Amino acid sequence: MSELLHVSSSPHVRSKITTNDIMLMVVIALLPTTIFGIYNFGPRALLLILLSVATCVLTEYVYEKLMKKPVTVKDFSAVVTGLLLALNLPASVSWFVPVIGGIFAILIVKQLFGGLGQNFMNPALAARCFLLISFSGQMTDFSVPKGAWGNIAVDTVSGATPLALLKSGETADVLSLFIGNVQGTIGETSAIAILIGAIFLLCMKIIDLRIPLTYLASFVIFIAIFGGHGLDPNYILGHLFGGGLMLGAWFMATDYVTSPITKKGQIVYGVILGVLTGLFRLFGGSAEGVSYAIIFSNLLVPLIERVTMPTAFGKGGKQNG
Amino acid sequence: MKPNTPIERLYNGIIKENPTFVLILGMCPTLAVTTSAMNGLGMGLTTMVILAMSNLMISLLRKVIPDGVRMPAYIVVVASFVTICELLLEGFLPSLYEALGLYIPLIVVNCIILGRAEAYASKNTVVASLFDGIGMGLGFTIALTLIGIFREILGAGQIFGFQIMPDAYEPITIFILAPGAFFVLAMLIAFQNRFKIGSARINEDGTKACSRSSCLNCANTLCAGKAADADETEKGGSAK
Repeated sequence: MSELLHVSSSPHVRSKITTNDIMLMVVIALLPTTIFGIYNFGPRALLLILLSVATCVLTEYVYEKLMKKPVTVKDFSAVVTGLLLALNLPASVSWFVPVIGGIFAILIVKQLFGGLGQNFMNPALAARCFLLISFSGQMTDFSVPKGAWGNIAVDTVSGATPLALLKSGETADVLSLFIGNVQGTIGETSAIAILIGAIFLLCMKIIDLRIPLTYLASFVIFIAIFGGHGLDPNYILGHLFGGGLMLGAWFMATDYVTSPITKKGQIVYGVILGVLTGLFRLFGGSAEGVSYAIIFSNLLVPLIERVTMPTAFGKGGKQNG
Repeated sequence: MKPNTPIERLYNGIIKENPTFVLILGMCPTLAVTTSAMNGLGMGLTTMVILAMSNLMISLLRKVIPDGVRMPAYIVVVASFVTICELLLEGFLPSLYEALGLYIPLIVVNCIILGRAEAYASKNTVVASLFDGIGMGLGFTIALTLIGIFREILGAGQIFGFQIMPDAYEPITIFILAPGAFFVLAMLIAFQNRFKIGSARINEDGTKACSRSSCLNCANTLCAGKAADADETEKGGSAK
């Protein structure tokens, strides 16, 4: 036998798609939202996005250098975290808010738990909640400052956020919600920009419909039952397109690391997300509840996976000894 | 250092077996009252006084207390001292008494105090037990004050109530809320582990192990060193 037998452990068939590719796709998918955010809120939004991304990448680089770990900056995951974090901030926050948030997201939530693939909750959302508790004044102030960094589309942003309107019993203009001429964080206002990115991700098979659809469907059912407005389309669409629900459902609930891998688990996860978001929005203290719903559900993922783990072929059933 | 001398007990309580950072005992007051350096210091000193006095008393009574009822007996001793301290605080430091609130009566069930009574004072001489209490209490005080300082600087921009950060500094409110206590405690433990683990002995097979004498007091039941120790004992202690 002169031929060498190459023996290797499984998996023997590997996908050509790398983490790098996936993260790059997500960045591309977020571009419409980002560009619309910058158009809507002015150069200040661009500045915050750049600061946030730079902080995340730099924190990851410095930590991995200091800890003598392989530097994983090139896989774009820190860029995605930074971008998502910035899209979750109001355009009026001070410069140090994205910096502190970026450091918290990468250092505490991601790296201290073992880096990409090990983080137990979505770093960008965890950082957003950290900032929301720490700087609650700034984080809920959606008035864009005028002046040197004033916005281009001045007439678009004024008044209360759509969700605050809905909460106080008024109605929101669904069309402007869909396009994005409303108040909110940098990335959450335009449903259409988010949907363009989401369709791109669906076409590239980066995400599938299971989590977002079950999330949105269970949320709509919850709102229809407990919202007090029945099936009033204006009210339901206002809740769907207002606030961070779209961004959360398509881009953050579908995060590979913090969502279940089993098909049944993903459906359970989506339903939990929808019910929690509905609970927080209708009965909670603040108008918005998507971030808290997602990071809370992230914590349940190991449990969901454990319960819904499919039986391997040959295991289970009757044991005939 | 000779064991059970006053100096060794103080060193043991403050550094080697610091109740907060090494033994991870008494987490309830550690996390709940350290919202400011002053509260941490007050809680630490109150606990230290009670710890030293109850250690002293229990050591004095160690031959009198029957084994079967030792826990209730310890609780009675500790509760008496807690009541004395509580009334003194209420009388002389009402502001601190207000700030610590419910956590003063809860010192009765503080696991550091019962732990030291059970593990040390009931088996050792009076002087050694007194210094063990003082050492442990000082270690607890230092830990709580440190956590309080970090939380107060980050969460309010102050130390002991004095503004030290510039006006432009925006306090990170989360640090004086409950999650902040966990962040600061975890960071401080990680920081001191960095130095402790770095100095640990390396075995011939490349695994790290602590010094043998500290294994008995080590809370880490999953430590590979313990298994190795048991193996060595079975083989008749053939190792170095």
